[in-house]
Amino acid sequence: MLDRLREPWTDRRAGLLLGALACSVLAIIVFMIAFVAVKAWPSFSHNGLSWFSSKGNVDQQLDAMVNSGPNPGTADYQLGAWPLIYATLLTTGFATFFGLIFSLFSAIFIVEFAPEPIRRLIVPIVRLLAAIPSVVYGLIGILVLAPFVGDSIISAQQKSSVQFVIPLSGTGLLVASLVLTVMITPIMIAITVDGLHSIPRAWKEGALALGVNRWRAMWTVTVRAARPAIIAGAVLATARALGEAIMISMVAGSKGFSPNPLDGVTFLFEPIRTLAATVVEDAESVNAPAMQASLYAMALVLLVGAFFLSLGSWIAKQPLKKYGTRS
Amino acid sequence: MSVPTRPQGAPTPLPPLPLPRSPGSQRGKSPKKKRVNESVRTWRTTDRIGYGMMWAAGLLLCAIGIGILAFMAFKGLQYLRPDLIFTHPTPEVDQSKSGGFLDPLIGTVLITLIGITVATPIAVGAATWIVEYGRPTWLARLIDSGIEIIAGTPDIVIALFGLVLFQQGIFGWMSFTAAGGAVFGRSFLTAGAMMSLIALPMVFAATREGLQSIPAHVREASYALGKTKAATIRRVLLPSVKANISTGAALGMGRIAGDTAIIVVLLGASLTLDPQGNVPGLNVLKGTGGTLTSYVYNNSPAGEGNAPQKAYAAAFVLLLIVLALNFAVDLIARSGAKTGLETSRLGAR
Repeated sequence: MLDRLREPWTDRRAGLLLGALACSVLAIIVFMIAFVAVKAWPSFSHNGLSWFSSKGNVDQQLDAMVNSGPNPGTADYQLGAWPLIYATLLTTGFATFFGLIFSLFSAIFIVEFAPEPIRRLIVPIVRLLAAIPSVVYGLIGILVLAPFVGDSIISAQQKSSVQFVIPLSGTGLLVASLVLTVMITPIMIAITVDGLHSIPRAWKEGALALGVNRWRAMWTVTVRAARPAIIAGAVLATARALGEAIMISMVAGSKGFSPNPLDGVTFLFEPIRTLAATVVEDAESVNAPAMQASLYAMALVLLVGAFFLSLGSWIAKQPLKKYGTRS
Repeated sequence: MSVPTRPQGAPTPLPPLPLPRSPGSQRGKSPKKKRVNESVRTWRTTDRIGYGMMWAAGLLLCAIGIGILAFMAFKGLQYLRPDLIFTHPTPEVDQSKSGGFLDPLIGTVLITLIGITVATPIAVGAATWIVEYGRPTWLARLIDSGIEIIAGTPDIVIALFGLVLFQQGIFGWMSFTAAGGAVFGRSFLTAGAMMSLIALPMVFAATREGLQSIPAHVREASYALGKTKAATIRRVLLPSVKANISTGAALGMGRIAGDTAIIVVLLGASLTLDPQGNVPGLNVLKGTGGTLTSYVYNNSPAGEGNAPQKAYAAAFVLLLIVLALNFAVDLIARSGAKTGLETSRLGAR
């Protein structure tokens, strides 16, 4: 046996071993989906489609699950996760929208217009923003931004207008969306920069030769041609935003509450809690069966969401391939 | 009848264009700057708005980055004391007695090493297989997309998956097993194994990029000398992508060190290291603990500890570790980057 191991490796054996390593990746994905889905099933089967709806106070439902003991009945599984889903959609949507605008302009600046000294400064900054751990963003959000918003931006009148529904303290939708925007911007910038670089220079030069100015050449030729990359970057960054748990759980106020757009500006200050933040905050009580099923159900929703976003990003990138440059 | 000097209808020569004066003649002003200023003033309003927004976005980005870095450095240096790094934490309400963050620091180092040790062989193997073998094609494409899916999976989902996976009986040796046979599932080994999934896409992307950039004639020269494919991979290809692998590994380590969700769910996020069992070395790995990220989380106003000063100090140390790893990336891969914003360098894939 040992003799056989000492022999030089044949191509076939090396190929099989490396192939097995590569296939282990697929096995991990299959196991992940299977395990999470099996654990999540009780929650979906007891709630049906009303899992996605709003019924009662989601915080109270989760508390009841913790206290429901080892053999919970159907009543203990009751969960209407809509406030959490709504919060996830709101933060992700805001962050993607503002991040897209911000990162598109920044990427154009980096690729085309930034003077050399600023470019040399801004590239490390983008990488710094990408490298900062989410808990540090959360720390800044909760110790700097949230007190600032709570003390200086929210007026006493706004606080009193909703005080019987929800107390406002600064942590909430606005701070969460802002910090999340900064967190996902570096990825969008990187992919957009990549995409802008992959557009043949001659196209833009052709536009310049026809007499349009540099901004218009960039905006109408290069940016338009790189649209697939920009969208792919945005979709990928959306997946990041969807799964952000720690930062949101620190700065979003941690209340299973649906902000009401009819409240006007106050809407932005209302506390929320997203799916991912709920999972990370309630992970301690994961041994209560009803709670466990609910948390895994939320994880499954996130997993499926992230999967479709990955797929969407791949589809969005396809048109770029026809330019014959690197994808 | 006079012969026209020029045939009728032929275009009259245009009056000479007012050629821009050559840049050198403009009294020492930088030629490029001069031209930009002139043209922007003549642009349409919409173009000027776009141009202005672009500058605003770029400068805002700089301001955010410098602001965060300066703020963290200021707060960190203000609250960081050497004894914080070298003393064990103790649960105390009085913050002068609650000790430092030696244990979380050790935890961060341990979990990063375990994670990258698991991730590197799998990622390098998979990348090598895809580039060098890659048959059947559909399988290679499937694995490629699989790694993209893992890269996009939220860390909290990976954490929950790890919890259910390692609570299976056959993984009992990796964590604490209760008297009734229930496996706890939380330990350095289990958390590190799941952390490897966070680092895997980065090491994979870097290795694959490196292998793809090796020209075919290098492989052919090796075959011509009579080396087998396996020997070529081991002796020629892998040594020449060593820098790429290190780049990916450093990025992956930065990502592992900065992850919190897996620590909270799979490592217990306790204050101190709690060894399990009595085998030296293995007992720590089998036990629960915490890292700097969970220390910051628990000491922020959102956690139980609520000691912002210690959170700032720990966050500063964490930031230094992560930045050092990113700096290492620059040192290893000094050449070859066009923009410095290659997606593989940001771990964005």
